[in-house]
Amino acid sequence: MTKVPVQFTLNGREQNEFVDSGSTLLAALRDKLGLYGTKAGCHQGTCGACTVIIDGSPQLSCLTLAERCAGKSVTTLEGLTGNGALHPLQQAFMEGFAAQCGFCTPGMILAAKSLLDRNPSPSRDDVIDAISGNICRCTGYDPIINAILTAAEQLRGARKSA
Amino acid sequence: MDNFNYHRPSKPADAAKAMKKAKDGKFMSGGMTLLPTMKQGLASPTDIIDLGGLKNSGVTAAAAKVVVKAGTVHADVASDKGVKKAIPALAKLASGIGDPHVRNRGTIGGSIANNDPAADYPAAVVGLGATVQTSARKIPGDKFFTGMFETALKSDEIVSAVEFPVPKRAAYVKFPNPASRYAMVGVMVAELKDGSVRVAVTGAGPKVFRVPEMEKALQAKFSADAIAGIQVKAKGLNSDIHASPEYRAHLVNVLARRAVAAAK
Amino acid sequence: MNKPEGALIGQRIRRKEDLRFITGEGRYVDDIRLPYMAHATVLRSPHAHARIKSVRTKRAARMPGVLAIYTSADMQEAGVGNLPVGWIVPHTNGGPMARPPHPVLASGRVRHVGDPIAFIVAETRADALAAMNRIDVDYEMLKPTVDLETSIETGASQIWDEAPNNLCYDWDVGDKAAVDKAFAAAHHVTTVKLINNRVHASPMETRGVIGHYDPSSDRYTLYTSNQNPHVIRVLLAISTLKISEEKIRVVAPDVGGGFGMKIYHYAEEVLAVFAAHKLRRPVKWVAERSEAFVCDTHARDHVTTVSLALDAEGVVKGLKVDTIANMGAYLSTFAPAIPSFFYAYPMPGPYKVRAVHVRTRAAFTNTMPVDAYRGAGRPECTYVLERAMDAAAREMGIDRIEMRRRNLIPAEAFPYKTPLLWTYDVGEFHKLLDKAYEVGGFATLAERKKKARARGRYLGLGFAFYMEACGMGPSKLLGREGCLGGQYEVGQVRVNPTGTVTVLTGSHTHGQGHETVYAQIVADTLGVDFSQVEIVHGDTDRVAYGIGTYGSRSLAVGGSAMKMSLDKVIEKGSKIAAHLLEADARDIEFKRGRFTVAGTDRTKSFKEVVAAAYNPVDYPLDKLEPGLEETTWFDPPDFTFPYGCHLCEIEVDPETGRIEVKALAAVDDFGNQVNPMIVEGQIHGGLAQGTGQALLEHCVFDRETGQLLSGSFMDYAMPRADDLPAMRIESVVTPCRNNPLGVKGCGEAGAIAGPAALVSAVLDALAPLGVAAIDMPVTPEKVWRAIQSAQSIPLPLAGRG
Repeated sequence: MTKVPVQFTLNGREQNEFVDSGSTLLAALRDKLGLYGTKAGCHQGTCGACTVIIDGSPQLSCLTLAERCAGKSVTTLEGLTGNGALHPLQQAFMEGFAAQCGFCTPGMILAAKSLLDRNPSPSRDDVIDAISGNICRCTGYDPIINAILTAAEQLRGARKSA
Repeated sequence: MDNFNYHRPSKPADAAKAMKKAKDGKFMSGGMTLLPTMKQGLASPTDIIDLGGLKNSGVTAAAAKVVVKAGTVHADVASDKGVKKAIPALAKLASGIGDPHVRNRGTIGGSIANNDPAADYPAAVVGLGATVQTSARKIPGDKFFTGMFETALKSDEIVSAVEFPVPKRAAYVKFPNPASRYAMVGVMVAELKDGSVRVAVTGAGPKVFRVPEMEKALQAKFSADAIAGIQVKAKGLNSDIHASPEYRAHLVNVLARRAVAAAK
Repeated sequence: MNKPEGALIGQRIRRKEDLRFITGEGRYVDDIRLPYMAHATVLRSPHAHARIKSVRTKRAARMPGVLAIYTSADMQEAGVGNLPVGWIVPHTNGGPMARPPHPVLASGRVRHVGDPIAFIVAETRADALAAMNRIDVDYEMLKPTVDLETSIETGASQIWDEAPNNLCYDWDVGDKAAVDKAFAAAHHVTTVKLINNRVHASPMETRGVIGHYDPSSDRYTLYTSNQNPHVIRVLLAISTLKISEEKIRVVAPDVGGGFGMKIYHYAEEVLAVFAAHKLRRPVKWVAERSEAFVCDTHARDHVTTVSLALDAEGVVKGLKVDTIANMGAYLSTFAPAIPSFFYAYPMPGPYKVRAVHVRTRAAFTNTMPVDAYRGAGRPECTYVLERAMDAAAREMGIDRIEMRRRNLIPAEAFPYKTPLLWTYDVGEFHKLLDKAYEVGGFATLAERKKKARARGRYLGLGFAFYMEACGMGPSKLLGREGCLGGQYEVGQVRVNPTGTVTVLTGSHTHGQGHETVYAQIVADTLGVDFSQVEIVHGDTDRVAYGIGTYGSRSLAVGGSAMKMSLDKVIEKGSKIAAHLLEADARDIEFKRGRFTVAGTDRTKSFKEVVAAAYNPVDYPLDKLEPGLEETTWFDPPDFTFPYGCHLCEIEVDPETGRIEVKALAAVDDFGNQVNPMIVEGQIHGGLAQGTGQALLEHCVFDRETGQLLSGSFMDYAMPRADDLPAMRIESVVTPCRNNPLGVKGCGEAGAIAGPAALVSAVLDALAPLGVAAIDMPVTPEKVWRAIQSAQSIPLPLAGRG
């Protein structure tokens, strides 16, 4: 398999990697970069477990060719805990019992982050729409929705006081 | 997924060239359908020509028409202020495609070139009387979709934009498949500025189709009552585990009436 | 039994496990990478029923990267045994049930789509896949038996020589004569025929395994996404690989949801360890999502006729149930028990009916094996009973709530011996029903219905009263009923020399939150800091023995075992303290982490006592061993019996048949709650799955070919965020008398009552339109057809599905 160089920004850092031509971003993250926070739930773009943020929007890493990420900025769950502090979304997921088995959680948090980055004051329906591509089999979604709304509120408060 | 040669041309001519040279090439736009299909082993192209490098995206909305470049993702059509004002039905259609992840990657060009029988955009192209611009020519929307997963595109021809005339009023109402969120049935009803009416149905048949009886009735009187008694024939409609042809036929009528009532 | 005293028990303590999940540090099987690891795929039958004439692997074996290809011949040559069945149900005629072999790789014949034929190991997964596609299998097609109802009729294609008429067993329980008498004397008889739809558990993490062999120690390790690693270890030792048990380590790391589907011993577990040993390399296999649909067990899948004999007041005098239950093509580990023990015995539910008879015929079909899934038998039972109760109420013109009130077992009747098996310890059914009436807003229901009608919608309020039995035991009873394994749990408490605590439990958490709940109990009981308690599970090398997590048993059985060990720690600590304080052990009181001589201020802290136990210079060595570590094997004296009422409000769009779930609520009695937040989470998840089964989920097969038509999330409709409303969870508390914590299992309730509540709501909504029956999943088309036919509009032929 041919290896191709890909230069992109990963969690805020410049990354130069040789990836297998035709391989997915999901495979690159997990198999080459050791970032296991991004989960493979279906490999078909139907469950959202592999959601990452690419150039600000939530995208499915299982349906993203690694080569396509050249010059782009990719954020995975590992990128949320820079300088050791939890992101308000992570905090809200923990406080609000929004994870059970934890498998859908990384994709869920990233889908939510992408929403809050673009829309700091989402309605409940906005939140539901934002995570409608992410399947959770454990929680029934309600705690997740509430956690995202709580995090939004906290982020707004932080912005105001900043 | 079998191995393939990956191309990312930056000019349409180079894309066509790469396609001509490939043994079994496929154009890829968002990759939302092609990649899952390849992963299932249902397609094994020798070459993928990624159209993302063409950087052909963006929307121009004017009083008479809305032009959506082929590489524009659904999310951008859904949120475009110009589209929302000129053809709200089109923005709404785009906002209801799949889920946010799909809408951030899937493109209008990819969607219509793939022509999935349950995709939403074909209903807009036909229902709004749009014209498809390709790398070679302009194709009227009515002539573009030729069969299930088949279009009028030649093998090395690429969609470059879709031109939607701004209608007098229009609405798209969709009944989503509960699993895939594709259209089990979706109906676009539009009254164009020339007074003609179009009713285009996606999801129900092997490809998007119009309902001339409804169009005629609506042209006479643009009201839901006017088409209350008009049923499309179940024969030939899609049948799957989610809906029978009879049910789809029934939904066409219900959704068409709702679209008429919602048209603005 | 009252709540153990303390600051944490009963509190909504946030979970210890969440930090790793929210930071991406959860480690599931596919996240484990061992050096030099090879990758495997499984060649599966594309046909539901065929004879294998030949399997040719030579060409495939020469493909790049291929390390080995194993077929049934290799398994036979190596003496690999069949996958076991852990529960034997007797035939009614006294003979044993049919128990056909379940080979690890199919030999001679394939019996369902997805039946494994070959295991391909290669350097990469891509290499293994490429080679897999080069294996030639020559099939001779056989007619498959797909339809359940006709599978046991003569003329159906035979799947096993061992099972004439595809019958695994024909089993019944109850007093048939008494039931016949009740029906003869009945004022009214209600009969409902219904289907309990086949579903797939679909945890977000698909099953995965890694086999590993270490030649230097001659030990085998299996990493598996499984709910009960110790059981798998035993089964590898005695049934399949037949490796000496002490040589095997089974690790179930973070598991991304199980829901019962990950209880069983699966072929890939055997194959990965087998291959790792042969190849001297770790071998990983992880199911693709589409593969999961054909290689995991499915669930439910019953066809049932239920009849109630009622007196003039609507009191049920007789209950008669006749069920055909699908086993699939092979018997999975606990499959026979689900539509018999776990379905028939709970049938009388919360009602005082005495004449009960349940007959189950378990049938083989050319479909994937069927086994337990969240609720396991009890959702099917609750659905049968509550559908019948609703139908009877409607037919007799009695209010649904009043109907329940007249039939529920009164509080003063406890302990109450049911006519079939159990004695319910405690329950306040009428009190709970009153609360449910309030929560459901029955008083203003007519008003809400009217408002909905004004919007062109039909509103329905549904509910289901369930009574279940979970946290099973004792082993003696279960053994008598056909269970081949003990049902105790092991809880070991190790107080470390510095006073921190390590608990080793046989329970396994795959989303439930044991690491938190168990630690709450430890912290409160011993007075140690919550952060200094570690709960260890899921590794047979660390936890000496255990049974695992299923059937809502963890806290009731595993938590109780741990609690008893904590009490033993205090007991021994009291003796040590007595020595240090020069007092009699009987005078030592232990409270909030201090041992005190009663009525004095002479006291030793827990840490001081622990230090003495580990450094016994001043210690009663003549009477006590040093150290502080206690183990309890708790075999529960009985089941726990949670009950409750789940409610659901929906609106139907009569034109399209589309249903919108507007509200879900639950009122349950789970006895004492250690962490109400986690209890609520269990109900949320269960109700979500129950809603899924009722409205969306369905494993559909082509009736002619046996092909699975719903083999991906593009066709198998999983509940998504926009399918479910917010949920209201309420409870009443009557502590369980059968375990020291006073707790009852809460893991399955939502899935047990959910489907019945949802369908009850649909039928309530559609009643004004004349619809009296509908089957799950209640899809829009089914609703539309039901309305059409109730309105006597001639209909075109029903479509597939």
